[in-house]
Amino acid sequence: MRLTCPVCGDRDHREFTYKGDAVMLDRPAPDAGTDAWDSYLHLRDNPCGDTRDLWYHDPCGAWVVVERNTVTHAVTGTALASEAKR
Amino acid sequence: MVDLIAKSACAGLLPITIGSLTLTEETPDPVTSIAPFKGQSEAVSERLESALGLKFPAPNRSASKSGARIVWAGQGRALLMGAAAPDLAGLAALTDQSDANAIVTLKGEGAEDALARLVPVDLRAAHFKRGHTARTFLGHMSASITRTGVDSFEITVFRAMAGTLVHELTEAMESLHARRSHLGQ
Amino acid sequence: MRLTGKGLLDQSRSVPFSFDGVAMSGVEGDTLASALLANGVRVVARSFKYHRPRGILAAGSEEPNALVTIGRGAETDPNVRATVQELYAGLDAASQNRFPSLKFDLLAVNDLAAPFLAAGFYYKTFMWPRSFWEKLYEPFIRRAAGLGALSEQHNPDRYEKAFAFCDVLVIGAGPSGLMAALTAAQAGLDVILADEDSRMGGRLLSETHEIDGKPGHVWVDEMLDTLRGMDNVRLMTRTTVTGAYDQGTYGALERVSHHRARTEGLPRECFWRIVAKRSILCAGALERPVAFPNNDRPGIMTANAVRSYLNRYGVATGQAVSIFANNDDAHRTAHDLAAAGVNIAAVIDSRADAQVSGDFPVYTGAQVIGSSGRMGLESITVRHAGGTRKIRTDCLAMSGGWNPTVHMTCHMNGRPTWREDILSFVPTPGSVPGMSVAGAANGSFSTAACLAEGAAVAAAVASDLGKKAAPAATPKAEDGAYRLAPLWMVEGKGRKWLDFQNDVHVKDIDLAARENFRSVEHMKRYTTQGMAPDQGKNSNVAALAILADATGRGIPETGTTTFRPPYVPVSIASMGAGSQGKGFAPQRLTTSHHAAVKRGAPMIEAGLWYRPSYFPRDGEKTWRESCDREVGYVRNAVGIVDASTLGKIDIQGPDAAAFLDFVYSNTFSTLKVGRARYGLMLREDGYVMDDGTTARLGENHYVMTTTTAAAGEVMRHLDWVLQGLRPDFDVQIVSVTEQWAQFAVAGPKSRELLNGLLDTPIDGESFPFMACGEVSIGGIGGRLFRISFSGEHAYEIAIPARYGESLYTLLVARAEELGGGPYGMEALNVLRIEKGFITHSEIHGRTTAFDIGMERMVSAKKDCVGKTMSERPGLKDPQREQLVGLRPVGAVKQLTAGAHLFAEKAEPVRVNDEGYITSVGYSPTLETYLGLGFLKNGRARHGERIKMVDHLRGVTAICEVCDPVAFDPEGGRVRG
Repeated sequence: MRLTCPVCGDRDHREFTYKGDAVMLDRPAPDAGTDAWDSYLHLRDNPCGDTRDLWYHDPCGAWVVVERNTVTHAVTGTALASEAKR
Repeated sequence: MVDLIAKSACAGLLPITIGSLTLTEETPDPVTSIAPFKGQSEAVSERLESALGLKFPAPNRSASKSGARIVWAGQGRALLMGAAAPDLAGLAALTDQSDANAIVTLKGEGAEDALARLVPVDLRAAHFKRGHTARTFLGHMSASITRTGVDSFEITVFRAMAGTLVHELTEAMESLHARRSHLGQ
Repeated sequence: MRLTGKGLLDQSRSVPFSFDGVAMSGVEGDTLASALLANGVRVVARSFKYHRPRGILAAGSEEPNALVTIGRGAETDPNVRATVQELYAGLDAASQNRFPSLKFDLLAVNDLAAPFLAAGFYYKTFMWPRSFWEKLYEPFIRRAAGLGALSEQHNPDRYEKAFAFCDVLVIGAGPSGLMAALTAAQAGLDVILADEDSRMGGRLLSETHEIDGKPGHVWVDEMLDTLRGMDNVRLMTRTTVTGAYDQGTYGALERVSHHRARTEGLPRECFWRIVAKRSILCAGALERPVAFPNNDRPGIMTANAVRSYLNRYGVATGQAVSIFANNDDAHRTAHDLAAAGVNIAAVIDSRADAQVSGDFPVYTGAQVIGSSGRMGLESITVRHAGGTRKIRTDCLAMSGGWNPTVHMTCHMNGRPTWREDILSFVPTPGSVPGMSVAGAANGSFSTAACLAEGAAVAAAVASDLGKKAAPAATPKAEDGAYRLAPLWMVEGKGRKWLDFQNDVHVKDIDLAARENFRSVEHMKRYTTQGMAPDQGKNSNVAALAILADATGRGIPETGTTTFRPPYVPVSIASMGAGSQGKGFAPQRLTTSHHAAVKRGAPMIEAGLWYRPSYFPRDGEKTWRESCDREVGYVRNAVGIVDASTLGKIDIQGPDAAAFLDFVYSNTFSTLKVGRARYGLMLREDGYVMDDGTTARLGENHYVMTTTTAAAGEVMRHLDWVLQGLRPDFDVQIVSVTEQWAQFAVAGPKSRELLNGLLDTPIDGESFPFMACGEVSIGGIGGRLFRISFSGEHAYEIAIPARYGESLYTLLVARAEELGGGPYGMEALNVLRIEKGFITHSEIHGRTTAFDIGMERMVSAKKDCVGKTMSERPGLKDPQREQLVGLRPVGAVKQLTAGAHLFAEKAEPVRVNDEGYITSVGYSPTLETYLGLGFLKNGRARHGERIKMVDHLRGVTAICEVCDPVAFDPEGGRVRG
């Protein structure tokens, strides 16, 4: 598997560490309530198809949002988490 | 007064030559990490250029001028080597890294092939030209690899991993040498 | 038998080798298989299950029978295919799966018991009694059904792995592959051409076809010369592409030096990861045997193998050879053999309308219905229009047609497509993104078609990659039509073998169908068809044709099983290359490492770091004696320990203070410049992630320390917070762990020691507890932190790493002058347990700030990572296990880490579990074992007696529950 670090370019997956679904970018407000926090931390879709998740490119320190397909394994896009966040 | 004795990261380990390849230690001094604060990249680059003739490098690139070098070192960061940083107060985070790394040069015919045993990045000359740098892995170690010449690369890893760096490169050099001597590859 | 002057090898260059201890001789360029055949060896192995004598079936890597062991002792390589093993002087090969010998194998009794050993036999027979499985059945089955044995010694060989990159990877260097490589290279693309053979050319080395009027191998050599002359082409021989993976990554196994005696420095194998923008599969096709009764005798081979041995190796595989086929292609075997002067016993073609001409007996519309010869083929029985006839023959070349080598196209869940005209599966286009297929692998079997298709596919690939490309000019070559009729099996008395490697025959498939294992995947698992190391390369298609017939369905409907990587067996050693011994993980050595080793300290691993366990002195008999002495240094004088392994992170920027307030549960914006503070870091789920001290060096400049274990995780977390959660923060962070060598100087005499070294002395006023600042030693700038992990008056001094060894040596010498010395991890651990300080033994991922008694460190005044979730009621339940101290108060004075806690009178079973011990140490200061652990509602139970039970080590001790801080609870010493 290969992923494109938006900074470094196309790299082998061994350079990346997986974190999880990109919903982790949308941290609820402290007072958002238990449901929002439970959902943020624990509830995940298990899509058969397109998904967005977070990977850390260890060598350069970039957090990357990866758009990929769980069926075809196609990687359709990557972006810096700091930019996807904005 | 106390007299402290300096010891380089690869002291006692290098240099070594195996076949056509030589591995030597580099000890640029000082080495400073420069990380511009928000919106200050251009100002930092201008200061660097007027002081040292070196711009802040683009990702995956390095530059050198009269003994000083600047090497991109990850997200929004570069290492200035062999020259003191100009005053960048308020513009960038400056951090002394003069002792943080083990830095070696692998030189000779087949240097690319030796690194291909350890580095999962395309380092062929047509794609990775002189001055190109990559933050990647060497074996299991995070490493910075820069092409410094036709057949020479500078490799940087954490200082404490100097022994493993030399071990891994030695293995690759030995294997390559054996292939050449015995298989004519 | 070697035929003088035949073949491509130089027969004057003889190569001595041995098989089962018998000295033999082959010639340079032989495989072990061709050399054995040249020496008249017929039986080379015993079969897997029934121990039937087996000979060489094929001439390539698909060989199912001829598995041998090469070498002896630690240098043993078991399960090597004789058809792949190249001959070299001194090669020492031995047969496998026989006892005591190939000729007489005791377990051949299995063959007589065959009626009881049908498919599913294990599932049905060895069911009960349950205890017999491990003791009786399994050991017996393992002995009976065997492959070669491992040496059980350390593997002394060197293996390698490597990475390669190209525009186009061409897999297979036969006619299609050579044309594809040339076309792609001429278009200016970077090409890797990989072929598993020692010599490129594919079938052109084994056939008598001419290309452009030249012998095939001559044309191949000319092509290879052209390719070698191009900078953008890399030729990889002896390299089998083993798998296709995501995003154009391919695995490939290079057999670097199996073809020669062991040579110092040379790797045995290299496992390549090849990254290619596109690939062209030119892997050819594999010939399938015919399932007729007793079709497994030594001497019965595939027809193409017989031609390979003849035309390439100059070896006649028999003296009276017969041919049995359902297609025209196999007739060439007869013609080639006849031209070489080998006697043809008969040509049998199952098709009534087959056209065969030649000076030999021909039977059309006929079938081979049986064979005889226990240790090698002696005769076959042929049924033809006129009746049956027994024919004396010592070699039968059989062909049931050709299967395109579709395997790689199925590695990413692709399914091949059935082509009725060639009675084979062909690759379904697009099965592997970026992979095209050409030549026989695509079902195009004539040489001319292979040449043209290789060039055309490569030209299309090149234009996809934006290059102007013309197919390389196609030379003139054989363009015969491939005609065949279905022939999957022949009825008759006797077993009709399909999977030679796993001993599966036609009746097994029928049985599976009868017992309703009708899905091809169920049939596979029930019969083990295709589950041997060769993955059924010879037999899968025939097996599923038979299943289709037995279940009354068509072949396309029946479908295929899944081919998975690797295409050929790959040794674990090559996949793990570089990770043996020192290569397993990087070693991180502190600057004091050599000084510690010189003092005899045993080093223990802490993550990737190595740290001294203790420093033994003459006369000390146990580590405890050393540890007790070292604890005394710190409590009574001064001790030195290297603390460089703790993570150190430099944090700068206008928002540095706000950032720290967000990542730590407590507040750092209020910390004064020149001071340090203990910080607690939570995960977003409210549990503790890490702890450490962070010092404020300037208004916008901090340096954080992390634990040794969590340094990498914390760095990743801080990057996550800055990029993923709060990109608005203007902060830069960088690791300075390796920039500084940092040593703890701990004990009542620590300041005295330091003042003997520092250029400017310090005192209690300039450097109170938790102060930090810059200092100078011999003119070298360093940093001093007055922090303590021992509860004593202590400092940590940091110096640029190049001076680390020098400063450490100096500190230790000065400490010894003051009645102290170096201490190791054991003493460090005792010192912190005495003080109730936690490590990752306590913050192990399941504990909260509440559990460790630090809930007040979660500031109410601000948000931070983990704050919201840490407030969940369940995380503050008094019944949670809370940090306590423990001391033995009963007869047993020992505590053990990992033991569980129970009420004194309770039975020590899981339901009564009330907690566990995380850390223990013997305190020489207090003259007792001390433990830290977690106990339900523990803070309210100080003074209670509790039972510690270590089921693993068999230790039970009665303890008193105490405050975690056992020594100097007022904390006066640290401020001293």
